[in-house]
Amino acid sequence: MYHLLKWLISRLGRRTALASQEPVAVSAPGGHVARPQGDDLVSPQKPAVPSAGHDAVALSVRNLSKRFGNRVAFQDVSFDIGHGEVFGFLGPNGAGKTTTVRTLGTLIAPTSGSATVAGIPLAPENGVEIRRRISVMPESPGLYLRLSVAENLECFAGLYEVPGGRDRIGRVLRAVGLADRAGDACGSLSKGLRQRVALARALLPDPQVLFLDEPTSGLDPVAAHDVHELIGELRRAGVTIFLTTHRLEEAERLCDRVAILNTTLRTVGRPDELRDRLFAKTLTVTTLAPLPEPGRVFAGLPAVDGWRQDGPAGYVLGVSDPAVAAPAATRALVAAGADVLSIAQSRHSLEDVYLELISQDEEARRG
Amino acid sequence: MSVSSGRVRAIYRKELREYRRKGSIVWGMAILPLIFLIQPLITVFALPSSSSSQLAGRHELLYLLAIPALVPATLAAYTVVGERQQGTLEPVLTTPVRREEFLLGKALAVLAPSLAISYTVYVFFLACVELFAAPGVAPALVQGPDLLAQLVFTPLLAGWSIWLGVAISTRASEVRVAQQLGILANLPSVAVTTLLAYNVIHPTLAIALGGAVLLLVLNRLGWRVTSALFDRERLITSTR
Repeated sequence: MYHLLKWLISRLGRRTALASQEPVAVSAPGGHVARPQGDDLVSPQKPAVPSAGHDAVALSVRNLSKRFGNRVAFQDVSFDIGHGEVFGFLGPNGAGKTTTVRTLGTLIAPTSGSATVAGIPLAPENGVEIRRRISVMPESPGLYLRLSVAENLECFAGLYEVPGGRDRIGRVLRAVGLADRAGDACGSLSKGLRQRVALARALLPDPQVLFLDEPTSGLDPVAAHDVHELIGELRRAGVTIFLTTHRLEEAERLCDRVAILNTTLRTVGRPDELRDRLFAKTLTVTTLAPLPEPGRVFAGLPAVDGWRQDGPAGYVLGVSDPAVAAPAATRALVAAGADVLSIAQSRHSLEDVYLELISQDEEARRG
Repeated sequence: MSVSSGRVRAIYRKELREYRRKGSIVWGMAILPLIFLIQPLITVFALPSSSSSQLAGRHELLYLLAIPALVPATLAAYTVVGERQQGTLEPVLTTPVRREEFLLGKALAVLAPSLAISYTVYVFFLACVELFAAPGVAPALVQGPDLLAQLVFTPLLAGWSIWLGVAISTRASEVRVAQQLGILANLPSVAVTTLLAYNVIHPTLAIALGGAVLLLVLNRLGWRVTSALFDRERLITSTR
């Protein structure tokens, strides 16, 4: 039966090759991504990035838009992701995050704009070549529940044509801590373990770009922590990761840069950059008793741009450089005979940035 | 475009493993042809020995060609829409597998048990006739050309039935609807085999050769047309 099958496929394939006008897949000369040697997950002999993308970026998106009829999924999205970067893609439900992943993963076609994924232009004829170089872990693991963990991975190793399939399956299972569960039916695994199997599946082809769509969605804190650890390991191994998530602390902890999408791209940058861009730096001073003349104390201090009262004995100083302003303010307060309870630099989280941008959008929508 | 035998084999093996894990899938396929046998068996068992001269030159056995047309219908109709409903389609489509490879792997995986069941049911029918029919009926009923026709046309008819089912599966939004349509779509094949069995269409060598060529072409076309109908975006987003 096997030989009959093989013969049949080769016959059909030959005929199709003669009849088809589909362009030949892009060849892949050029260099390869620099990765730590000896790493368990990332092969140093991974497929080379074509010369077009080698010295550029892992992922480049220009004015990309997707509409479903009259409904805009996302529009005019542009960003670049460097090799080895962990890029967080944040946004509320319905913002277009998953659609963006599906578009970049060649599952759906963009309405307009362009992109280069793993060095290959995003185009229908390049779909196979792009999918060879990337890996997508969808939000739902989508495992064959009747099959064992190893059988699920064997199927995907075959689809990716992974050389040394069994060895590779063993390696990825060890990497996700499931080596002892290889024979278990996926249907018998907990949600967290299924998520790990899906991650192992995504690691099988040693991808140049790994798309993780809500990898910790619905997981308990321990399972989510395990997934974070795995992402951290991949990051250290130099894998380029495109991570969509609702969990802002996850993005802040794992990502080099983040983008916030709300149909349009609201902002892109490092989490600290975004905080600085959106929020003024401040020092909050609290004294035991109200200062008699706060204006005289704070006026003219280096790196202090202004101040305002915040409660009976609280003062918020707008500063350009907290490292300069804080010691100067301390000295001025002591010289004025104030009993200082605390001087604290304001800390805005990524969540503050996110909420601020989304609320701005809500206000704009309300008119 | 080249077809990767490795990727086709990956789909094929995965499917067969799933069938093995859920044996009811294959047993379910066998029920319909077994029911289909009841009426012809009763008819044959009721034939007296004296009818053997009337049976000569007739092709009652071609009636059983309807079995390979019906056996794969429901399973083929499940292939794509079933994966879609259980949420396993998207991860597969993110791999380098081409739609032609995916569909060929699926079709071959349906073909394997369909052939096994069709031939087994046919052999079972012949055994019953040999063992329990009145003397002289079996030699008159079982004719060489009919056996050859069964051997040759079983994979061709099953293949055509599979491509119809898979094509319906790529466009259907619900498994049950796809399976019902899959059965309906195969009724013309059943009608033709019945007309042949009852000599309404007189089976000749030319008709056999023409039918075989037609089915070969339809099978090849079925693969191409089904591949063209397979729209990743629609299957993933259900928006068009």
